[in-house]
Order: sequence, then structure tokens, then C-alpha cells
Amino acid sequence: MSIEKNEEFRPKIVAFCCNWCSYAGADLAGSSRLSYPADVKIIRVPCSCRVNPMFILRAFEKGADGVIMCGCHPGDCHYSTGNYYARRRMTLLFSMLDYIGVENGRTRVEWVSAAEGVKFSVTMNEFVEKIRSLGENVRLGDLRCRN
Amino acid sequence: MQELRNRAKELLADGTVVRILGWRAGDLPYNPEPAYFQSAEELDDFVYNGFCGANLSKYMIEASKLEGKTLVFLKPCDTYSFNQLLKEHRVDRDKAYIIGVGCKGKLNAENLKKLGIKGVQSISGAELSDPCDTLTVQTIYGEKTCSYADAMLERCHVCKGKEHMVYDELIGESKDTKDADRFAEVEKIEKMSPEEKFAFFQSELSKCIRCNACRNVCPACSCRKCVFDSTKFDSSQKANVDSFEEKMFHIIRAFHVAGRCTDCGECSRVCPQGIPLHLFNRKFIKDIDTFYGDFQAGEDTETKAPLTNFTFEDVEPSVVAERR
Amino acid sequence: MQRLGVFVCHCGSNIAATVDVKKVVEMAKLEPGVVHAEDYQYMCSEAGQARIAQAIQEKGLTGIVVCSCSPRMHEATFRKCAEKAGINPYMVEIANIREHCSWIHKDMEEATKKAVILARAAIAKVNLNTPLKAGESRVTKRALVIGGGIAGIQTALDIAEAGYKVDIVEKTPSIGGRMSQLDKTFPTLDCSACILTPKMVEAAAHENITIYTYSEVEKVTGFVGDFTVDIRKKARSVNMDKCTGCGVCQEKCPSKKAPSEFNRGLNTRSAIYTPFAQAIPNVPVIDREHCIKFKTGKCGVCAKVCQAGAIDYEQKDEIITEKYGAIVVATGFDIIKLDNYDEYAYNQSPDVITSLELERIMNAAGPTKGHLERMSDHKPPKNMVFIQCVGSRCSDNRGKSYCSKICCMYTAKHAMLIRDKYPDVNITVFYIDVRTPGKNFDEFYRRAVEEYHVNYVKGQVGKVIPQPNGQLLVQGVDLLDNKQILMEADMVVLAAAIEPDPSVRKIATMLTASIDTNNFLTEAHAKLRPVESPTAGIFLSGVCQGPKDVPETVSQAGAAAVKAIGLLAKDKLLTNPCTAKPDELLCNGCSTCANVCPYGAISYEDKQVNDHGIREVRRIAQVNSALCQGCGACTVACPSGAMDLQGFSNRQIIAEVDAICR
Repeated sequence: MSIEKNEEFRPKIVAFCCNWCSYAGADLAGSSRLSYPADVKIIRVPCSCRVNPMFILRAFEKGADGVIMCGCHPGDCHYSTGNYYARRRMTLLFSMLDYIGVENGRTRVEWVSAAEGVKFSVTMNEFVEKIRSLGENVRLGDLRCRN
Repeated sequence: MQELRNRAKELLADGTVVRILGWRAGDLPYNPEPAYFQSAEELDDFVYNGFCGANLSKYMIEASKLEGKTLVFLKPCDTYSFNQLLKEHRVDRDKAYIIGVGCKGKLNAENLKKLGIKGVQSISGAELSDPCDTLTVQTIYGEKTCSYADAMLERCHVCKGKEHMVYDELIGESKDTKDADRFAEVEKIEKMSPEEKFAFFQSELSKCIRCNACRNVCPACSCRKCVFDSTKFDSSQKANVDSFEEKMFHIIRAFHVAGRCTDCGECSRVCPQGIPLHLFNRKFIKDIDTFYGDFQAGEDTETKAPLTNFTFEDVEPSVVAERR
Repeated sequence: MQRLGVFVCHCGSNIAATVDVKKVVEMAKLEPGVVHAEDYQYMCSEAGQARIAQAIQEKGLTGIVVCSCSPRMHEATFRKCAEKAGINPYMVEIANIREHCSWIHKDMEEATKKAVILARAAIAKVNLNTPLKAGESRVTKRALVIGGGIAGIQTALDIAEAGYKVDIVEKTPSIGGRMSQLDKTFPTLDCSACILTPKMVEAAAHENITIYTYSEVEKVTGFVGDFTVDIRKKARSVNMDKCTGCGVCQEKCPSKKAPSEFNRGLNTRSAIYTPFAQAIPNVPVIDREHCIKFKTGKCGVCAKVCQAGAIDYEQKDEIITEKYGAIVVATGFDIIKLDNYDEYAYNQSPDVITSLELERIMNAAGPTKGHLERMSDHKPPKNMVFIQCVGSRCSDNRGKSYCSKICCMYTAKHAMLIRDKYPDVNITVFYIDVRTPGKNFDEFYRRAVEEYHVNYVKGQVGKVIPQPNGQLLVQGVDLLDNKQILMEADMVVLAAAIEPDPSVRKIATMLTASIDTNNFLTEAHAKLRPVESPTAGIFLSGVCQGPKDVPETVSQAGAAAVKAIGLLAKDKLLTNPCTAKPDELLCNGCSTCANVCPYGAISYEDKQVNDHGIREVRRIAQVNSALCQGCGACTVACPSGAMDLQGFSNRQIIAEVDAICR
């Protein structure tokens, strides 16, 4: 292993994927061998509406550099309406993070269907690229600066 | 004040109510405190003046569990909170007899200090019957005066209006105190660079001593047990000063009350560290108004809260990144 | 404290080639609670499962993590295995180190690192798992088939033959679908009506089948085994019980200007009409948009001539509510609109037609009584050009990216039929590739070329230019000879791409069935569960799932029927135990959760509680676990965190987050 490789910034990225569309989309990306960086780790949730903003804040606090949430396309939610609630929650959360000075782009929502393996892979590649350009997340880790 | 006291005695005497929820004189002229009154004699300590900023609606949660009706005095802005609690089944309307009291703006004792008025012995000019233009303060250094508006709480400068949303009867005149834009402060922060924003909130939040005063006073934070005190989220790690709870408390608290917060301003009023906590809540209110249409929590008890509602055409979260 | 076992699968070389499975085992052993870890070639195999069972019993495991393929693949397998070995099936978690790791990463070190973290997250989660027990729900022994084409008819017949009640909902006035519009069918060239009509009659006569034509599904609630569906029976303006189907009303109707949908607008029909002679039911409908009585209030000819007194101008839409255990979607297809393909002059010249229009022209019951003629001057054509892949296999967004699959074969059929009947007509077919896989298909195409001397040109047509003399100038290219082709034609036939019927979008939303970017319904698994939707209890039949021809549609229809029958044959279904559950002592009774529940599963009850010595009656949320589907919307809406989701609890998800970010 070369030294450069060691020094390269490898972000920690948490992806919340709904079981019905996006997790299946990620599976399809896998079976289609559509690669994306290993920095992305997926957590399976039944629906995007299961994603509590606390989970996202928790991830940042524990050292995540980016958090992405994927769900069924609006109108296609397995539970009819889950992603509509998720959409409002995430819009407000992201706006709040922006308001307190956490860089835009550390959080993202993308709707990925079970058939969109390509989109899943492309989205993850883009997102990792973005987080790499933003660098390490320090702000949500030490908002109160009490060390 | 006498009118309120007399009416309370009447209602107690004729059995309409069995207790009164109001304000009692504190040990200093500017710190009256919420109190129950069970008898006519006790009511002699009742006060209502410019320093009665405390929102009594949250106390009605416990009062609703007691036998008999409680007379509660609510200022116009307090009635929004009461309505919100009603909507969430936290208070019992049948257990409350609401006297909507007039309001000419409530005062912040901290402002007097900032105006250089110290050693306060007595204050006049803050009664509901007063015009509430000027305060006359007797101090150990002599008599001082200041403009009433200068000593007012921030929230009164951006008052939602002097109309009571819910009441059984109204007593006392009100005066319009709104002289500033509700979202001006939020907009100022929004215009900052990410670095400036972060620096601002970091410096404000680093003052927090986690005394929970904001949480305890907040009528929307009415949970029987706060998530931060429960093991359900692994968030209560009292031993660890650098815990998740410590860092994220205010953001999560603001999110939990988003769409439910009436912007009563109690959080900022009671914060011993003077953190402008309302800036979190008001940001959510502004965003909700912008993204989903104007909404005022507590205006009624029927409208669906913005976070339990949606439209097919709602904006995507990417709007946050795109508007920059 | 849990006693956990971790089982790392090689999946042959699928995982082991990119992930160092031994390393994953070694690292897993360091995690809290793990008392056993091993790897094996194929964990899902009988031998693999036996190893898991043995470890559970010998080491007294309380929970297991299987590091393998997607849980969507084998979670059920390993749950069953755990249950057989004596632990609760919900004490199993899967770390997806194949689809989410070994298959997408090339670097072994990197992939191994990730696999270890994924395993760690699953271990952290299973540490907090609690045994769950599935509930039971009943199955309504009735199926709904949406769409009355050949797919829907075949599915309905098969379900009905198995002894279950089945309803067909068809939005047009008759069942029969696209197949009823076809003249002949490949590769045997038998007449479409001759093979379809008997099936239509059989469906109509079957005691287990109820057909709702001119009807649409309006609302669907419920879930697998117990759907409640509102069906809107549109006002036919004709009393179905009284009408004898004599047809006099249609003859006498003075309004005959409405374009005939059945004949693709090539001719007109009366305002009161049955779409075609063999329509089932043979009861006309009044097209209120074109009916003079409805437009002006004056006329009423049909009512006057109807001997049966069946005409009912006052008839209103009717909503029928019925319960179903299974729903089969068979909404079929239409051809795409050709507005994006101006170069073929479809909108400019009546002699540029689609293949489906040609079917109607060739059909004896069609607008030309089966005579091949130009629609402009009714003269027989001399030279015909067929253009393939119009909107299919399209790389830009004007058309569809996919192959419509049926066009190569029907074009060969058309060419052959025309050359057979009119040997002096010259036929040129422009194609990208000729795709004729299928039994006797390639032989069929070769007959067109070799016996019927159809001129196949590999190349695309760039432009069709209508000439003043009524001819069509076709500019194309021959890729094999690498030369430009300029030829005159009397008729041009476009093999327009097929697309799912537009109505499917709304239906998919109602059924919460997933749909792909081309509006084809998504199957639960592309290879192994091709006729099931990922949404339980919803099955797919025919072209709504993807392009197919008649024999394929019929076989898929049968397969969908079998799946539906398999469901209906059960008396009870086990329900998902991963439902929401409130903590009574934390619940505020604020109703926020009930406001976001899509299933109405949450109610409130005044309940006596004992909260650390405080005894009081509180308003507390109750979840009906038979209705709850486990989406989790309520858990996030709940401000106090009282509502939690079993199997995906706050603590479990946070444990996963922490494990990943560690």
C-alpha cells in the first residue's frame, strides 16, 4: 500500500435506503456490477419516513462526513405517503443545517426506484465526490465547542 | 389588576372554579412568578403587570388532571399555546375557565440592566391600567426613567397581535407593540456565510449549561418524558459531557417543536445564559411559511400541522442547496 | 447479553474473490456478543444451513448475523433456518456483503474493510434485536383482474377454473383488448378473432367470473389478502339487463361523426355504439360527448327505436365496493404518440400509418372491409415501405430506450400477408436489426424474405416527404451497401414503439406497486419472481410488465394466475411482525402519530397506567398490528419517542449508525 493512498481523504458516508425501492436499486447496482466508492455504507430502513432527523445528526456527531437518504419516487412509496412526510422533514432539517453553517452538500435526498441501479451508482459516485471536495466534517461534531 | 383579582374572587365564590392559575408577586419588583390560588385570601398576593411574561398555558396540563375547573389568565400570545395543547389533547378545555387578559407588551428585567438601571427598589408605569409608554424606576441610586418599549421582551416587538384565540371572557385593554419584522433576525443570519453562521451559533450555543429551563418552560415541549431523558434513543448519557445530547440538544428540540411552536418566546425569556433560542424555532416557522404556505401554530385546533401534512408538489430538499 | 454467531458466506467466488472472508470472520469475533464466527462456501445451501443450525444449538446462540447476499434474497431462508434450530426468526440480521460490497468493489483490501464494517453494523443491530412473533390475517377468496385484454381474460379464466371468484375490470365498453384489434397472429397466421372470441365468451359465461366493463378502479385500500377496492361503473346510459344487443339503436343513431377508437380513428362510429361486432358484453354505451341528446337535449332516437326500453339517459356512475385477496394488473399497452417523429410525416399524410392501423385496414371488419388501400384516395398501393423501430431502441428522449419486441414479427407477418394476397405489391422493410427469437419465429421471417421476396434493407429512414402527386418520397440509407436510397412509396407503415397503457401510472400509485422509468410495472425479482410485484398480493400479467407477444402474454397470464391462486388457497397469512409499538409511559396521547398513519392503524384509549408510582388514566396510542404495515412514519412524527418500530427500532438504527461511523 502506498503512502499517498493512506493519506487520501476517505470520507465516512451513511446512506439510508428504503427497503422497497432504493435498497433494491442498490442491489440492482450490485448485480449489474455498477461500482461506487466503498466509503458508502447502506442502512436499510422500511421507508424513508422511518429516517428520524436524529439519526442523521447522530451520524454526523459520530464522525460521518456525509449522509444521504434514498427513497421511492414521490407517488411510488410502498406505503403510499411515507416519502412525502420524509420530504418535508428532510427539507426542514437540511435548511436548519444550512442555517447553522453546516456546509450544503453534506446531506442529500435522492429518489431511486428498484429499477434504477444506474441512478443509484451515479448518485453515490457524485455524492462521494462532493463530500471528498468538502473534506472532513468538523462542524456538527463540535457545534458547542466545549472541549 | 384589582379587576382581575375581584373577578377571580367572584368565580371562586360562585363555584365556577376551584382554583386560580395566575401570577404572584416575587421577592423583587420585577420577578412575579406563576402560582395557584385556592382562596380569596391567597388572591391578595395576585399580581398582573408588565413583568408577568410567563405563559401559563403549560401549567394547564397538570391543572387538567385536578378535580374541578381552574381559572387561568392568558395573554393573547398565551392563547396560541393553549390552543396548540388543546389540539394535542394535552389540556382539557372543560377544566379551564379562561380569562383573556389585555397586554401592553411584557418587560425584560435584563433590559433594565442593559439600560444602566440597577439597584431597583420599585417600578411604576407597568400596570395594565397605565399607558405603558414610560417606566419610572426607584433605585438605590435615585429615580430613573426609561421608555417602556426599550425594556420590552424581543417577542413583543414582533407581536403576533393582541387578539385572543380562545377565551371565556376578556378583561383589560391591549396595546399594539409590534414595531419590528418577525423574521428580520433570521434573515440576517441567513445572509451570513457558512463560516459566519457557524461561528455565530457556536458562540451562542457554547454558553448553554443544559439547565433545561428552555425545555421546561416551553409549552410545546410538553412531553411526559423528553426523548433526551429516555433510553429509547441512547441519547441520555449523563456521564458523558461530550454526548450526542449535549451537542444536538437545541437542534433536535427545535425540530421536535417545528410546526407546533407558536413562537411564544418563552425559551429565550427564561434562558439564564441569554441564548437567543427563538432563532431556531423562528427559522423553522419561516421555512414552513415559505415552503408550505403561511402557518401559525395555535391559531386553531383543526388545521393539520405542516409536518403531519404534505402536498404532491412539495419542494424537494435540494431546494436548500439550490437557493444559494 | 446476547450470544451471537456470525456466518460469512463465500457465495462461491462471488464474495470470496473480492472480500477476504477469513478476515471478516476474525474481525467479527472481536465484536461484543459474538461467541462464534465461521465462513463457508455457500451458507444458503443445505450444508451451510446445517452449520448454522449446529452452531445455534451447540453454542447456545441467541442471535445470528449472516454476511451474504442481499436480505431481499435470502433473509427468509436464514430466518427459517434459525427458527428450525430453535431461535426466534427475527433474531437474524443480514450483512449484505455481495450486492453492496463484493460485486461493486474491485480492491480486495477496500472491499474487506467495508465488509467488516457492514458485519459490525449488523452485529450491533442484532445485539438489540428482540424476538418477534408474526400475527395472522385473513384472506378474502376473491381476485381482481384489472384489464380485460387477453392477459386479463386468461388470468381470470385460470383463477376461475381453480374455483375462486374473480372480477375483471375493463375501462372500455368491451373486453378483448388489443388482441381484438389484430387481424392475424404470428407465426401461424390464424385469425385473431377466431382464437380470442371463444375465450371472451368463456370468460363471460363462467360462473366464477364477473366482468365490469366501462369501469375503472377508483380506490384501493388494505393489503395482501384483504384489499378493499372501489370500482367506478361509468354510466353506460343503457340498461344492461334490458338490452338485447339487437343493434338497431346504432343503425338509427343520427350522430355518426365520432372517430372509432377500435379502428384507430380510421373511420367513424355512432354516438351509441359497441366497439366491435363480437363485443362482450354486447351492450352498447352512449358516448355522451357526441350524443345529440346529451349535447342539446333534443333527439332521443335510440330510446324511441329500442324495443326493449333499455336506453336510460338518467343513468349515473355507480361505485361498487368489493373485497379481494389478490389483485392482478393486466393493463396492457398502447402505441406511442408519434408527435416527436415529424420526419415520417405521420401527421401530414393519411398514407403514413402505424402497424396497428394496418391491422384494422387488413381486417375484414375494418374500415376498408379488408381491402388494402390508401386512406387518402382509396387506391390500392403498388409500393409499400415499412419502417422499423419508430420510437423503439431510441437513444435520445424522443422515444423509448427499449426494444418493443413484437414489431419484427408483425412486420414480417404484414409483408407476407400482403404479398400473398396482392403479389404485385412491392414491399421494402427498413430495419436496424431483425430480432426474431422464439419458436418458429426465425423460420417465419425467413419465409417472408425467401418465399415472399420481401425486400429487407438494413438501415434507417431519415425522412418521408409527401409529394404533390400523392406519392411519398422515402429517403433512407442502406448500411450494407453503404448507399443512399431514395424511393417512392404509396404507403408507409410505421412500427411504432409500444408503451404501457397510460392508465397504469394511476393504478400503480393506488396499489403502491413500483413502476420503472418507462412506466412498466416492476417485478419482485427480474428472474425469479417475474409475475409478482414487490408489493405483496399484487401480480403482473401481460405487457404492463414489459413488451411481449400473445403466446408470452398468455403464459405469463397463467403464471400470474397460479401465484394468485397460491395466495387465495391460504386461509390465513402471517403478518409482518415489524409493526409500530408505543411505549405507554412515554406516550403523550397527542395524536401526531395517528395524523401520519396511512393505514388508520392508530387509535387512542384512556388507560390506567402506573408510571413509577404515579397511577393515572392517560390517553394513550394503540396500534392495530393487523393494519400496521411497518412504514415507521409515526415513529418520527412522535415527539417523545414513545412510538417505535419493532425490528427497526430507534436504538437498533442508531447502533448501526454508530457502528458505521466508528
